[in-house]
Amino acid sequence: MRPTTTGTAHPAAKRRPVRMREKIIVRVTTKALIPFILLFALYVQVHGDYGPGGGFQAGVIFAAGLVLYGLVFGLRVLVRMAPINVIEVLMATGVLIYGGVGIGSLLMGGNFLDYGVFDKHDPVHGQHLGILLVEAGVGITVTASLLAMFYAFAGRRRR
Amino acid sequence: MTTWIEIILFAFLLIISVMVVRLRNLLAAAMLTGLFSLLAAGLFTVLDAVDVAFTEAAVGAGFSTVLILSTLALTSTEARRKRPRLLPLVVVIATGAVLVYGTFDMPLYGSPDAVIHQRVLSGYVTKTEQEIGIPNIVTAVLASFRGYDTLGETTVIFTAGIGVLMLLARSKRQRLLRRIGRTRSAPSKRRPGGAA
Repeated sequence: MRPTTTGTAHPAAKRRPVRMREKIIVRVTTKALIPFILLFALYVQVHGDYGPGGGFQAGVIFAAGLVLYGLVFGLRVLVRMAPINVIEVLMATGVLIYGGVGIGSLLMGGNFLDYGVFDKHDPVHGQHLGILLVEAGVGITVTASLLAMFYAFAGRRRR
Repeated sequence: MTTWIEIILFAFLLIISVMVVRLRNLLAAAMLTGLFSLLAAGLFTVLDAVDVAFTEAAVGAGFSTVLILSTLALTSTEARRKRPRLLPLVVVIATGAVLVYGTFDMPLYGSPDAVIHQRVLSGYVTKTEQEIGIPNIVTAVLASFRGYDTLGETTVIFTAGIGVLMLLARSKRQRLLRRIGRTRSAPSKRRPGGAA
């Protein structure tokens, strides 16, 4: 990504653009923070049944962690880790998982998105499984869509 | 006590919105919109809407600020000074007045007479315990009772992503990034200028 040398930046920054990753405090703090951000996103994802949060919030946090990485270390480094084609496929995968859960419940003799049929013995367990899968679909689509948007915005040159 | 917190939060929201309108420096305005979202998240927390607050903090304060900053990096960080015009002001005031008028018909916060408290809410509360068996009723409503709606929302996010890609992701640089993504080698240490 273009280093943020904007109109209000320090005059010295205009002469030679200072890259984010050359600033040691930013670099070290980011590296220390990112694992926790991603882990927290996963926690929010799977803990949505018990506390606040769920697939959407988890997806946003996960994407935010990756975007932070991209902002500091450069878009090229991020693109190597999360290639654009993979992200685009994941965008659709999440929705397909969600829809697939609905089709699955139809095939097992229930209504569309009626998770109770997933467990023959206890419909409550079926509900748990269905919600987990559906939230996973939401999380994947949100992460991928936000990352794709970030790539689309950040991957353009200034006119 | 809670009332005071709400009053202070609302006052800050008001101050920040006035400042965002008046500021010419768009970078500062972008930061203030992030702050606005964070304060709104605090307000939602005070109103016991924790899931909404979570979303507001993550999307409003976090991600949309990044998107606004990315846009500013492409365009300009300084707003052009324009002559104040009357018509937009009238439209904004009229719309605001209609919205405020609309709130007169809304039930008071936490009022037991509100429609949701009489019809659906009690059903959700008891049914979540029996049929879904998870403590967070919001998740139960979103993912199970209202699963159709959430499927629609996910599709909307997907569609929004596709729309942004179709509008913006056709530049030469994007194709370059695409190529970089395909080569699976580690970023080379010898080229420090990789992020340009």
